[in-house]
Amino acid sequence: MRKLALSDEILLTVEKPARYIGNEINAVYKDPEQVDVRFAMCFPDVYEIGMSHLGIQILYHMLNAMEHVWCERVYSPWVDLDRVMREQKIPLFALESQSPVREFDFLGITIQYEMCYTNILQILDLSGIPMMASERGEDDPIVIGGGPCTYNPEPLADFFDMFYIGEGEETYPELIRLYREHKAAGGHREAFLQKAATLPGIYVPSLYEVAYHADGTLASFTPKYPDVPEKVRKVIVKDMTESFYPEKPLVPFIKVTQDRVVLEIQRGCIRGCRFCQAGMVYRPVRERSLDRLQDLAAKMLENSGHEEISLSSLSSSDYSGIEPLVNGLIEDCRNRKVNISLPSLRIDAFSLDVMSKVQDVKKSSLTFAPEAGTQRLRNVINKGLTEENILNGAAEAFRGGWSKVKLYFMLGLPTETEEDMKGIPLLSETIARRYYEEVPKEKRHGKVNITASASFFVPKPFTPFQWATMFPKEEYLRRAYLVKDTFAEQLNHKAMHFQYHEADVTVLEGVLARGDRKVAASILQAYRRGCLYDAWSDFFDNDKWMQAFADTGVDPDFYTLRERTAEELFPWDFIDVGVTKKFLRREWERAMAAEVTKNCRDVCNGCGAASFGTGICPGGDRDRLCAKGGEE
Amino acid sequence: MKIRIRFAKRGTMRFIGHLDIMRYFQKSMRRAHVDICYSQGFSPHQIMSFASPLGIGLTSEGEYMDIEVNSSESSKAMIRRLNEVMAEGMEILSWVRLPEEGKTNAMANIAAADYRVTLHGTAVQELTRSERAASGAEIAALWESFLEQKEIMIHKVTKKNEMDVDIRPLIFDASCKGDTFTLRLSSGSVQNLKPEAVMEAFFAWAGAILPEHALSICRLDMFALREEKLVSLEFLGEVIA
Repeated sequence: MRKLALSDEILLTVEKPARYIGNEINAVYKDPEQVDVRFAMCFPDVYEIGMSHLGIQILYHMLNAMEHVWCERVYSPWVDLDRVMREQKIPLFALESQSPVREFDFLGITIQYEMCYTNILQILDLSGIPMMASERGEDDPIVIGGGPCTYNPEPLADFFDMFYIGEGEETYPELIRLYREHKAAGGHREAFLQKAATLPGIYVPSLYEVAYHADGTLASFTPKYPDVPEKVRKVIVKDMTESFYPEKPLVPFIKVTQDRVVLEIQRGCIRGCRFCQAGMVYRPVRERSLDRLQDLAAKMLENSGHEEISLSSLSSSDYSGIEPLVNGLIEDCRNRKVNISLPSLRIDAFSLDVMSKVQDVKKSSLTFAPEAGTQRLRNVINKGLTEENILNGAAEAFRGGWSKVKLYFMLGLPTETEEDMKGIPLLSETIARRYYEEVPKEKRHGKVNITASASFFVPKPFTPFQWATMFPKEEYLRRAYLVKDTFAEQLNHKAMHFQYHEADVTVLEGVLARGDRKVAASILQAYRRGCLYDAWSDFFDNDKWMQAFADTGVDPDFYTLRERTAEELFPWDFIDVGVTKKFLRREWERAMAAEVTKNCRDVCNGCGAASFGTGICPGGDRDRLCAKGGEE
Repeated sequence: MKIRIRFAKRGTMRFIGHLDIMRYFQKSMRRAHVDICYSQGFSPHQIMSFASPLGIGLTSEGEYMDIEVNSSESSKAMIRRLNEVMAEGMEILSWVRLPEEGKTNAMANIAAADYRVTLHGTAVQELTRSERAASGAEIAALWESFLEQKEIMIHKVTKKNEMDVDIRPLIFDASCKGDTFTLRLSSGSVQNLKPEAVMEAFFAWAGAILPEHALSICRLDMFALREEKLVSLEFLGEVIA
């Protein structure tokens, strides 16, 4: 029997002890004596969230497929266990071996959202690893960060030895090889970091010098040594069909957020919405072949026993083989008594037909993401969806028996006017009325039900909106109230519900998203003041954060309210994501003129991602397919 | 056909609660390709029911679930297939076919359960320092005198009410060796007695307080009443050759 790091007494007093014992189906166990590299892979949030993340599952199984590596998992202890571990000085441990994280060679942390930054410090702190990278010694693990937030890693630069910029499948084998060589030769940490910095996609923050202008903006960002690259280019998988994908997904005992097989059908998005970071940094669009997906779906269902499968991508409807894929899955899943969930499908005749086959129409709801209330503003953000698309889709759905609609909007977008804000309730009302126009009285299943949610827009690096200014908290709330009041004036207001996100979280997210190295001190101070699980509204404490900014002399307004010029050097400009700053600026200017830019399938807009020579770009797979006389 | 499965839950699996064990088995059935029957509708679920849920922290050598299947290989083959897909600590012990007619539902049938209770060091210490142990009596001797009582009253608090109950008639059989007790207790929906309650009563009688988390409890088996005899739930079905 495995020995657990926590005593029975602790495990029987904390919530959900299953979070801390490992032993899940398809977890990987190795003999620590038989491996040279021990890798702790961490998602800095509670188990149920972390276990739902696809990227970790890919890297976990990919690293474990290497004979000399044992990769284990680490999640944030929930607040109850956090307290016990501090009181009893129990070091944070990995789930499989239950051994302390501090004994590992690597601690990899995926950074999925800004509001997990204090949880990263919790992980380091509970592990007994110095939070500041500069204070770490030869015995400490190499702390490496990855994931979407590394597209501006600067606010976290002090806490990480290195960042991995791009898709993990590419450089890890090389990084591990380099580390084994270095370890066998008894080399020093510093020397390893310098060598690692020359690998594609690896950014070692301590090897760069940062200087600021008197006004606080970035003046220069330069490597300290000649062999350290000036720019770090993201690495991507060239061939999605050939790339590693886990065939034996981990199956948790307790219910987690994503308690199903996840089939990643493609990376990237053709759409080019100007607010969307994922749509820019994951370019170019690369598809996995239909055959490979069908094979993976079958294997993952066999090996996990999950009762549901879900497609994963930024916009599933844009996958070129979506119809044969979905039809094949429906057939296969019917035989297996497995449910299919189809998020991010555009509402049209095909998707409605498919959904009526896989879900109970009366109970399920339809989701539209118009993002903005008027066509003008939807043009500004380059959201291709028109009011006509939405109304036609809704009408067809209502005729098909649906009566529940979910609508997603953003408030605080660049150029937003009162008309745009009021457009949210007006569009919702038009949809509600369409229900009564389309469905005769005798066929209605009760009232129409519309839920509109608004989040406040946060500008992200590497998007055309990276130049946008934000608003003070009060202004976001004013806009939300205006929308709420306008909802109340509508004829169908009783059938419509409006909800909006917290405004103070938005402002903080804005600071961290476009922050620089100076912000690190505030994050550390916020953690010291007790901030943790900031992504959880029960625990988020805005006052503590504001005190932390004051304590460290950092002005949040500098990052959120300041006007950024076209010439400004951004803290993240040293990263090369393929998409050029010139293209982003051109898109910003087109946004200001409310001009729509076509999607990647219609025309190449020359964003720069074609330099990767793969995927949908000119010179990529599509051209190769055409040359071979394939489809398209 | 109706199948009864007996399984063990050991080691770290004691921290997995009853509802999660149900989910675990639903996925296990799929991994082992058991030809289990499903309900109708948009989200079909497996026909599966469990005997008396086991509390978190307890291990077991005798847990039961009943399922309905369309077809089955031999018991031996089915046990092997399921054990190939089990997590460490879970083991399928038997697979038997239940008679089609008659009341065989695992939950409704339970009359008694066997438990093995081991005292941790803290509990032993507490007991040997108690009033009744002052004379130097061994735990086993104390236990004998405890059981010799005509009635053992405990105060039972439930969600709805609280009352004094005599648990002596609910202890069908009991023995003690060193720090380990073997108990056969009334179980099921009519009169359910938990081993923790017996141990608390024993400690209280001895003039000691049972410390928290000081017992290791393993459920050994569950029984139904057949012709006034207790029969292991497993023996209500037949092995498939």
